[in-house]
Amino acid sequence: MSLDYVKFAPGFEAFMPKEYRDMVEHGPFGKKTTVSQMGSFKEILEEHPMCAGCAMTLFIRLAIIAFPNPEDTITVGTAGCGRLAISQAAIPFVYGNYGDQNGVASGLSRGLRLRFGDKPKDVVVMAGDGGMADIGFSCTLHSWFRKEKFTTIMLDNEVYGNTGGQESGMTTRGAVLKMAPLGKKFDKMDMVGMAKIAGCAYVATVVPNNPRRVESVIKKAVLIAREVGPTYIQAYTSCNIEYAIPTDKVMEDAKTVEDDRYKFTEYVSDEAKEYLADRYGYKEYLPKPAAAITKA
Amino acid sequence: MSESLEAEVKTNPQGDPITSLEPEQKTNPQGDPITSVAAPKVDFKKDPHAEAKKQRVVTPEYMFFEAPRTKEFITGSESAKEAVRRSNVDLSIAYPITPQSETMQLIGVLYGEGYVKEYYRGEEEYGVMSAIAGASRAGVRCFTATAGPGTLRGLEPIASWPGHRLPAVAMFTCRVVNAPLAIQPDNIEVSYLLNCGMIVFHAENQQDLFDFIMQGFIISEKNDVTLPVGVACDGFFVTHARGYVHMQEKGIKLPPREAWRGAVPVLDAENPPARLSRDAPVQKSNFMAYNIHAVWQQEVWAAVERSRKYINQYMGGLVTAENVEGADAILVASGSAAAQSREAIRLCKDKGLQVGLIKIRSLRPFPTAELRQLCAKAKLIVVPEFNYVAWLAKDVAAAIYGFSKAKIVAGPHVYGGMSMPVEMIVDEITGGLTGKKSGNVPMSAIMGCDVDQAAVAHFMQNI
Repeated sequence: MSLDYVKFAPGFEAFMPKEYRDMVEHGPFGKKTTVSQMGSFKEILEEHPMCAGCAMTLFIRLAIIAFPNPEDTITVGTAGCGRLAISQAAIPFVYGNYGDQNGVASGLSRGLRLRFGDKPKDVVVMAGDGGMADIGFSCTLHSWFRKEKFTTIMLDNEVYGNTGGQESGMTTRGAVLKMAPLGKKFDKMDMVGMAKIAGCAYVATVVPNNPRRVESVIKKAVLIAREVGPTYIQAYTSCNIEYAIPTDKVMEDAKTVEDDRYKFTEYVSDEAKEYLADRYGYKEYLPKPAAAITKA
Repeated sequence: MSESLEAEVKTNPQGDPITSLEPEQKTNPQGDPITSVAAPKVDFKKDPHAEAKKQRVVTPEYMFFEAPRTKEFITGSESAKEAVRRSNVDLSIAYPITPQSETMQLIGVLYGEGYVKEYYRGEEEYGVMSAIAGASRAGVRCFTATAGPGTLRGLEPIASWPGHRLPAVAMFTCRVVNAPLAIQPDNIEVSYLLNCGMIVFHAENQQDLFDFIMQGFIISEKNDVTLPVGVACDGFFVTHARGYVHMQEKGIKLPPREAWRGAVPVLDAENPPARLSRDAPVQKSNFMAYNIHAVWQQEVWAAVERSRKYINQYMGGLVTAENVEGADAILVASGSAAAQSREAIRLCKDKGLQVGLIKIRSLRPFPTAELRQLCAKAKLIVVPEFNYVAWLAKDVAAAIYGFSKAKIVAGPHVYGGMSMPVEMIVDEITGGLTGKKSGNVPMSAIMGCDVDQAAVAHFMQNI
């Protein structure tokens, strides 16, 4: 990006709001910031209208900190709780129609590649489970099958939170919610399995209570999507309102759910491993020395 | 045994063996040579993009008004392809539906030749129209086409393009949308497009399609417009039939889209982001939400209004008028109905009736002022249409109400794939002039100042 647009026009420094001055003077643009430094720099997303104790909001904050080039990242979303926070961030956000996010992102990323060539312009979709697995299912799956080069992140709270707590395709079987008065009658959709079948180069499941891990998966996913292919992250981001989780127990719930049925998983295609090792020096993906293999 | 397996060596009339790989000329059962199925010869050494790379940019003014043109006899689909070839299109997304499929196939050919930089077959129209929105936001010039049920499937994103201020050109090759499903020509889908806030042109023939698409890109991207343009035509009648099209040479193209010129910034992370629909308060119920949305709608329609000057500049007006002055009756028509109207006018002339024609090119913005002026002294206005609901007659009646004392006949109407025999139009003209109700056209209806209330009621029932 032209970092000029986040600088002050000469003579206006003293008149800009404090929030703006903080973003220019202490923001992450053009610097390398990490989740370990949280609290020591101005975040791209800080203020938001989300519910107290919302795990999704924490995840979104962590994800945005993890973007490798926030100044050249464009987020795409759809209706749902997540967009209320993402739209408050100091980077562009596209909020189009219901479930259109992976369609929009397909056109957006191809258009940006036409205009900027190899200069990275990262497109990141962040949308809810309903927006992605239900109403946006066709656009999501087809963008993966077409090998569209952008990152898709599902904010999976297993419910339609924004419309008041209705069952979604990602709700677990048996859960009693609005529009599922007798409990959900079919299983949680296996979007992770579908992502692999559709050819995503990187697929991970994660919960928000391990910030370093969230940072790691987001970084890998965005970098791989630049050149290798589509990437998918499915994050458990509970809805403490609709599932009646006490505010101070939200992280505890995330840990319990992680241990029970939302374990950290990571699939990296061979091509993506090679790319991360060659291009970005990821040591864990470097070919093992011959001696080490013999020893093993 | 081995002898029979030996391939027979063919010789030419001079007795030399024929060794070339040239395939034998195939003939059909009637003995005519089959030429259409022959695969084109590909010269692998030649750069397939060579011709496209040689194209040079010219100004819109030179392209539309000065560049020499040659006449070709081509289909509407081919004329759309030729328009896109000269329009410097960056990205195009295809999805098949009759009668549009051939158009987007041909755009694929242009992609192969390098005239269009990016192209793919989308998943279905909702995905296609959403991706067009994304690409337009990225700042590139976009084209797509669909028809009938495809238009309606894509309507949610299409209806959001104007509000997001996304320049693009979409072509609609109109066909039936209603159940029972049919693929026949019928332009009822235009009525759904008229209230989206996009600019809508209606092409009468292959030439219009060619011109309107190219002019559409330029008008769409004007800073004080920044809106999508829809170019409608009647499916089959225009897409599949051939007509004469006067075209500029292939070696020139329009200037590229300049993303920074738009009324709202593109989302390329090079400019400060627009706050369009980002702000949560816009979507919640409070005074600011209503106010913001209300003024945004006003601005979209104001931008539609501002496009008038460019339609006049590049297209020579929202309407064309022929022999309207002193005419016994005026036909107001758009699309293929305008073509049928011309022939009806010729038949009327044989009967000694002078009938004028107002052809409407631009449905949005609507030529209200033009119609009021042209119809001020009209006695009878007949509006033939290729749909049941009479969307054009309603707009014409609303536009000239209070400005003309003409009797308006909303018809004839044909729909569901019917063609429109010109005699039906002639019947409405003669019936309208003599006061006799047409026996052939039960759906026709009339309204106006000097007609009886029963006739007005009949009109109101039928529009």
